Amino acid sequence: MNPFQPIGRAVLALLAEIGRVSLFLKDAIVQGLTPTFYGRQILEQMWRIGYNSLPVVGLTAFFTGGALALQIYQGSTPGTASTLVPNIVALGITRELGPVLGGLMVAGRVGASIAAELGTMRVTEQIDALVTLSTNAFKYLVGPRLIAAVVTLPILVAIGDTIGIMGGYIVGTRSLGMNSYAYIKTTADFLHLDDVTSGLIKTAVFGLIIAIMGCYHGFNSKGGAQGVGRATTNAVVSASILILAANFALTNLLFTE
Amino acid sequence: MADGHIILQDLRKSFGPKHVLNGVSLSVPKGHSLVVIGGSGTGKSVMLKCVLGILRADSGSIRIGGEEVVGLKGAARDDYLSRFGMLFQGSALFDSIPVWENVAFGLIQGRNMARAQARDIAIEKLSQVGLTAEVAKLYPAELSGGMQKRVGLARAIAADPEIIFFDEPTTGLDPIMADIINKLIVDCVKRLGATTISITHDMASARKIADDIAMIHKGEIIWQGPAKTIDYSDNPYVDQFIHGRGTGPIQMEVLKA
Repeated sequence: MNPFQPIGRAVLALLAEIGRVSLFLKDAIVQGLTPTFYGRQILEQMWRIGYNSLPVVGLTAFFTGGALALQIYQGSTPGTASTLVPNIVALGITRELGPVLGGLMVAGRVGASIAAELGTMRVTEQIDALVTLSTNAFKYLVGPRLIAAVVTLPILVAIGDTIGIMGGYIVGTRSLGMNSYAYIKTTADFLHLDDVTSGLIKTAVFGLIIAIMGCYHGFNSKGGAQGVGRATTNAVVSASILILAANFALTNLLFTE
Repeated sequence: MADGHIILQDLRKSFGPKHVLNGVSLSVPKGHSLVVIGGSGTGKSVMLKCVLGILRADSGSIRIGGEEVVGLKGAARDDYLSRFGMLFQGSALFDSIPVWENVAFGLIQGRNMARAQARDIAIEKLSQVGLTAEVAKLYPAELSGGMQKRVGLARAIAADPEIIFFDEPTTGLDPIMADIINKLIVDCVKRLGATTISITHDMASARKIADDIAMIHKGEIIWQGPAKTIDYSDNPYVDQFIHGRGTGPIQMEVLKA
């Protein structure tokens, strides 16, 4: 057997999958983001994707901010700690850790839930039933999830950023003995609007990735319970990898001068 | 064949190397009930899904009321689908919404009817299939299999469609409930004057609801005639199937291709 055959087959399969995801993305945008809009569905998805993810994102941000403060303190000298800790916690959280960790946590929670729900609807013929009831499945199922994820994820991460900085502040002032007023002033001095907005732009892209991967794998689920399980795993894994890749590309684009 | 309400001619559909429909041709006159019988994997469900546009036929013609419908898109496709009702094998009820909303779904989402008006129609349709207004408030998971079939039937007839498809309407039901569902199907279809195609393995069901019966084998219609003549078809495939004999010209594939 030609040793290059499996490699060639894998590359072709990957390219075919990229093609299918691209076509799905096109349909999701062309059909899902054009009138008619299902307002009730959009609000329900905003509640499920945004509000219900708040505890997970908030706790992740809080502990990350606290841990970051401890690590920076360990790595700095007594003279520089009071400046470095609030500065790096604020920049690290708003630019990188808030969006990426928030995105990954939501990918795990929401991406899995979308894939499982749509996958079950696929294998039980509920998506076919939508078609027979003159309802466009992209408009009814994909559009609301896409809109909800892109709109709510930046809000969610903005709240997470605030909680993360607060985590650093609590650790810095309560455990590391830093001055409360000086910590807040240093944070305010170093943190610029650009740091926050660039992080939020990233998060909107992550929202798109999470919704598309969840919907794509759910829509193409087959083979009963095992197929739904596979779709759920694939949705989370693919969304997580794409979030990390997109983060690298967007960081390069937004922060490299 | 020219005066049929539903006319399929030389319909073909393959999935990769597997040819599922090998030139299906059949005709159903207006107001008639055709039952298509055949073993598992012979192409019955694929045929219905091609007519509904859920699957795209590779070639062939589908004419409804004299109009060619293969390749319809956008608003024309929505108009076309609004003429259909379908009862799915597993009922395919939407488990996130209550029973009345399932029945009214096509009216609210597909036809933009006011919810209050659609709810009244849903309750009336539920009463036609023997379910009370109390059931309307329940969720599908709270219903037995027989009740779910009744709700599926109410949903199929909610918009007074001119064509109704029944996919294995009695599968998984006890004989008494199966007989009740068959009777409801006959009553509803008579009341609406609809043209119907049903697919089933259940000969008792076929004899009860069919004006005509067609048998599909290996993706082809091998016999079609009035229901009362099926016992004298002189077709060895039909004889083997309706008497449920293990031996005969039909060889069951033990392993899936």
